[in-house]
Amino acid sequence: MATSLIELKNVTKIFGGKKNYTVALDDMSLALSENFPRIVTVAGESGSGKTTMGMLLLGFYSPTFGQVFYRGQDLRELTWTGMMDYRRNIQAVFQDPFAVYNPFYKVDNLLSIPIKNFKLASSGAEARSMMEEALTSVGLRPEETLGRFPHQLSGGQRQRIAVARALLLKPKLLIADEPVSMVDASLRSTILKSLRALNQDYGIPIFYITHDLTTAYHVSDYIMILYHGSVMEVGNVDKIIRDPQHPYTQLLVKSIPWPDPNMAWGDADDIINKSKVAFVKTTGCKFLPRCPRAHDICQTQPPALFAKDSDRAVACYLFKDAPVVPREELGTLFREAV
Amino acid sequence: MTEALLQIKDLRVYYHVDAGAVRAVDGVSFNLEAGIKLGLVGESGSGKSTMALALMRMIKAPGKIESGQMILDGVDLLQLSEEKMRQTKLMKLSMIPQGAMNSLNPVMRIDKQMMDGLEDHNSLLSKEELTARIQELLTAVDLDPKVAKMYPHELSGGMKQRVCVAMAISMEPDLIIADEPTSALDVVIQRQVMAMINRLQEKLGLALILIGHDMGLMAQSVDRLAVMYAGRMMEIADTKVIFGNPLHPYTQLLISSLPVLENKGVFSGIPGVTPSLLTPPPGCVFHTRCPKARDVCRERIPVFTEVETGRWVACHLITA
Ligand SMILES: Nc1ncnc2c1ncn2[C@@H]1O[C@H](COP(=O)(O)OP(=O)(O)O)[C@@H](O)[C@H]1O
Ligand SMILES: Nc1ncnc2c1ncn2[C@@H]1O[C@H](COP(=O)(O)OP(=O)(O)O)[C@@H](O)[C@H]1O
Ligand SMILES: [Mg+2]
Ligand SMILES: [Mg+2]
Repeated sequence: MATSLIELKNVTKIFGGKKNYTVALDDMSLALSENFPRIVTVAGESGSGKTTMGMLLLGFYSPTFGQVFYRGQDLRELTWTGMMDYRRNIQAVFQDPFAVYNPFYKVDNLLSIPIKNFKLASSGAEARSMMEEALTSVGLRPEETLGRFPHQLSGGQRQRIAVARALLLKPKLLIADEPVSMVDASLRSTILKSLRALNQDYGIPIFYITHDLTTAYHVSDYIMILYHGSVMEVGNVDKIIRDPQHPYTQLLVKSIPWPDPNMAWGDADDIINKSKVAFVKTTGCKFLPRCPRAHDICQTQPPALFAKDSDRAVACYLFKDAPVVPREELGTLFREAV
Repeated sequence: MTEALLQIKDLRVYYHVDAGAVRAVDGVSFNLEAGIKLGLVGESGSGKSTMALALMRMIKAPGKIESGQMILDGVDLLQLSEEKMRQTKLMKLSMIPQGAMNSLNPVMRIDKQMMDGLEDHNSLLSKEELTARIQELLTAVDLDPKVAKMYPHELSGGMKQRVCVAMAISMEPDLIIADEPTSALDVVIQRQVMAMINRLQEKLGLALILIGHDMGLMAQSVDRLAVMYAGRMMEIADTKVIFGNPLHPYTQLLISSLPVLENKGVFSGIPGVTPSLLTPPPGCVFHTRCPKARDVCRERIPVFTEVETGRWVACHLITA
């Protein structure tokens, strides 16, 4: 089997001390292969561990337990060249991309620094034309963006510059953490479109992190629903959004405010009572306290991932008769249905 | 037809900054009938919060209400003395400000914070009556009365927002203005809070102005929808009508850019950027981005006109 581009192997991330701790990500295994130009969404409510997962893939957090591999090598054992290769090939776009950059840097610097660091151009002129090409490919006019400071640009322009910056490096994987949560509806579409184009035109896989199931449905091919650091349902996004099977996914999908008055929410009684219960640590299924369809078996131990379809698995005992998908083979669900 | 509960007429609110006047609300007019839920949508910076603050007469320097009328129940709020306005706010009008749930006082118990509001408004109630009223209000927003003795940090976001709603309804107003009440909440909680607000709105017969930028939330929650752009009102109509057949080119583009279930993977945005409110373009403020703009759009400001009963639009192409 070919080695994956990046792999989380039994990764658990715990924050806090002995008494007051949070298991942000709970025994997660996921392998993403290199030549898989798809968009995979990680979705869930706030605090479900989405950003933690992104940070682990980026090497910004180290796992409490388990390992992260880049091209088969543990991140902690990468050589300097290996590290440079990893840093270049895994790029990220964040919610407010400019929060991490120096506000006194012009757009030019933001784009020219990576060119310099990774020695992408052999001359100033080549660097300039690379920058212009990257900006144009995300629908920005270089003459209107180069030479400007971040605060002189709109939120949508800034977000597209972040995408352009990632594009410049032609990464093997782009991790986009809530890239459109802070921009207006009319721009959201434009930014998602440039992400989709990046994915399709350059074959760059994207790991899209969001709490918003409507954009997840629109932009991605596959989705993973997290709840308190564990996968509840995973696989083909169309199936999961149009016909969710896990009671938690059903709750989320029922609450989507579709921008269509003919798809009314209707009565909310179905979602109100059960979901008032706060999260409690259990030995069984994490969703048990909020689940409208709980059984005794749910208290025993966390459910395995059951393959409800060839391209979708559900971590719920309702499907216990279906074959089990071994945790470390979760990535195999991200394949075209056969 | 009876008079509308609220009539806004040619309202202008500017912020006077060093660079000039930011025309945050620039000649806005609309009506709201009693017991109706109106959504006010617009991109960030389009003047929605300014509109809400103006209605409460809470605009602070460098902002100033330049001109216009805000007639609530036949009385122009702008003509009222401070004292009369204070009484009106007690009896008729209340607001859940943007980010309210994060502005609860962190070192004060919930009942004390609610009490302050009630005492301010109703010094006739005894201590026991106040306590009973607080319990009643907390129950009305589906909270455990025990929440009264808690501090804000002990509550989740959804619970804090419920407390804010309880405070807003405490004096049984005729009109509540809620500025992005659920934008910081997860979808499930958002749906629960909206269901609770809807239930109270119906039970108490309130009119509601729901401010936000999420067209999905609007589609699910309001009877009528008002679309603002760069400080001006573009279009108002019943929610179903606006989603089904938007008239203004801005509304049309906005609606076609929304991610609905059927057209997966179709991405259409609105090209261009919003204009500066310091120097808005002449004519229609949307002409710089409008695919249908003509000469007249660059020259004259379109009049906000009722083109059918209950259906208002400001566009030369429609009203010419
Ligand atoms: N740096 C940190 N220190 C302490 N706790 C953290 C930190 N980052 C995340 N957490 C906690 O881990 C959990 C998951 O957080 P996060 O990954 O940010 O979730 P999401 O991105 O899905 O909202 C939350 O309970 C959060 O409070
Ligand atoms: N205190 C203020 N001083 C100067 N400008 C302001 C102030 N408050 C708001 N503005 C400006 O007024 C415009 C409308 O703002 P706001 O009413 O908050 O819009 P919205 O709620 O639609 O996002 C924006 O351009 C904003 O920058
Ligand atoms: Mg996050
Ligand atoms: Mg606002």
